[in-house]
Amino acid sequence: MPVIDLAVTPLRDLNSALHAIPPGPNDIAFEVVNPRGSHAVAVGIDAPVAVDVKGSVGYYCAGMNDGGSVTVHGSAGPGVAENMMSGKVVIEGDASQYAGATGRGGLLVIKGNAASRCGISMKGIDIVVHGNIGHMSAFMGQSGHLVVLGDAGDALGDSLYEAKLFVRGTVKSLGSDCIEKEMRPEHLSKLAELLEKAGVKGVRPEEFKRYGSARKLYNFNIDNADAY
Amino acid sequence: MSYHNPYTPPRKSATFDDYTLAEIRRAAATGIYDIRGAGTKRKVPHFDDLLFLGASISRYPLEGYREKCDTTVTLGTRFAKKPITLKTPITIAGMSFGALSGPAKEALGRGATIAGTSTTTGDGGMTDEERGHSQTLVYQYLPSRYGMNPKDLRRADAIEVVVGQGAKPGGGGMLLGQKISDRVAEMRTLPKGIDQRSACRHPDWTGPDDLEIKILELREITDWEKPIYVKVGGARPYYDTALAVKAGADVVVLDGMQGGTAATQDVFIENVGMPTLACIRPAVQALQDLGMHRKVQLIISGGIRSGADVAKALALGADAVAIGTAALVALGDNDPRWEDEYRKLGTTAGAYDDWHEGKDPAGITTQDPELMKRLDPIAAGRRLANYLKVMTLEAQTIARACGKNHLHNLEPEDLCALTIEASAMAQVPLAGTSWIPGKGGF
Repeated sequence: MPVIDLAVTPLRDLNSALHAIPPGPNDIAFEVVNPRGSHAVAVGIDAPVAVDVKGSVGYYCAGMNDGGSVTVHGSAGPGVAENMMSGKVVIEGDASQYAGATGRGGLLVIKGNAASRCGISMKGIDIVVHGNIGHMSAFMGQSGHLVVLGDAGDALGDSLYEAKLFVRGTVKSLGSDCIEKEMRPEHLSKLAELLEKAGVKGVRPEEFKRYGSARKLYNFNIDNADAY
Repeated sequence: MSYHNPYTPPRKSATFDDYTLAEIRRAAATGIYDIRGAGTKRKVPHFDDLLFLGASISRYPLEGYREKCDTTVTLGTRFAKKPITLKTPITIAGMSFGALSGPAKEALGRGATIAGTSTTTGDGGMTDEERGHSQTLVYQYLPSRYGMNPKDLRRADAIEVVVGQGAKPGGGGMLLGQKISDRVAEMRTLPKGIDQRSACRHPDWTGPDDLEIKILELREITDWEKPIYVKVGGARPYYDTALAVKAGADVVVLDGMQGGTAATQDVFIENVGMPTLACIRPAVQALQDLGMHRKVQLIISGGIRSGADVAKALALGADAVAIGTAALVALGDNDPRWEDEYRKLGTTAGAYDDWHEGKDPAGITTQDPELMKRLDPIAAGRRLANYLKVMTLEAQTIARACGKNHLHNLEPEDLCALTIEASAMAQVPLAGTSWIPGKGGF
């Protein structure tokens, strides 16, 4: 297993090594030590490689991940797993704002709390947060699932499109065009699947409420102007 | 002597002119502001208000058909491993697939490739046709991130982080539902037929310090190969340029208020932002103050129409220009051959700007399969290439007359201004004087 010590090895060496992995199945695993809040750690992975980061990272860790499995044994700065295409990213600690922003696929698991704008403009990613999330989360969320075991802050799901939101705790307020919706069997089934994938134990899907778009702002209508 | 009752003709208000009155009635009847495409239609100080001085006893011209005047430009020399070199400094600005039809995007790629320049994606992602027909393709990184993915980042030749555009600095966009075909919907990960909002801010960074880290991420993802542009609307050009440089941009793209948009509120287009002419010198000054002029390249856009405009922008310090509206006209937009159909839409050739409605008779700003067929991408691409070559020749003609063997050797000293306003904005003397407003002396 290659061990990259970011205290002595340039970030460029880490990312270029990750980009040099040939396509197709492989059993390569990387360990990154001393990240010390570095930005852009393990970005642009495009192969099924495992990366264990021993410590906390700065902005955009695992950005645009496409098939990699990245675990941060610490906390993550803003924009972790932004625009993820596929694969899995796990944050053992907390995540700062914009976690999973614009993600298109894959699974982001945050075992602590996530700050504001978690899942902003999400486009297919699945996000599971064990703790709480901050305000304006899932803003303009287009597709995918956001699962929150704790509470959600203000303006959850503002201007939401088709992303599906599940919150187990309280929601401080809902954003424009976001409403509570009926939890149907297919939603319970999907929730159970996501909870299992995220390693959540002892929590039942029935404990969550579902939120989604009222679809009243999908086409501009002057009589809805107060909502903007 | 008989007395004639003198007739006083009716007098209309300059403030409440016919257009203003009609707009008040339209707003009252519909309850919605006007949305349209293109850039500002108001008259603002522009390149027309500048003239070249040409050679004289103290300046030595180059022979027009014998002596070389170079037009090449290399963009991205600051950090990128693979800067791009273009045969002409006239590039094609970002316009989205979605706002434009597939054949129109293909034609832009074809025309740019023939002319040896770059074209640019837009707020909708990169299509295979566009990539395939564009030798040099700039991939826009926009707040919406519609269609954004690392594979396309890597197959682009440069990346343009769009912070703003001249038609609407500080504004987002809206692609109305009637233009959301199955393919557009799929590329943007949204249901067919709904209005698609493009955010005005990036979702995962705020401010210049974040932008620096975002650019680092993009460079790391693409292994530092691609030139990274930062595009801003003409609002605070000195500070925006300085901050883009500070954030690590290879190239700054500065778009004045004559720059077009696919769809924005008319009140926004006409009342927010600065004329292109007013933006150039502050941006150049910022580059010079940082010791980065010609090291970080400056691309100017917004109302570029001719080789004269190109030469003037370059003389004021730009490295290259970008065209959008003019490129669409070269493809066939607003062509009088479709006048009967423009009339049916309540407009006329030359004034058609409802690009967001998807009913473009020329088949350019539409997703209607029947209308799209009207644009032959090969012929339209050829027209664009011709236009680009004519503009390049025009700029060379002027540069030679000023004694310059490269377009980049044009300089403010080659220019004078026809109006006080243009003199102040371009910081070149009012014609016949040595006076520049704000600079003292007469």
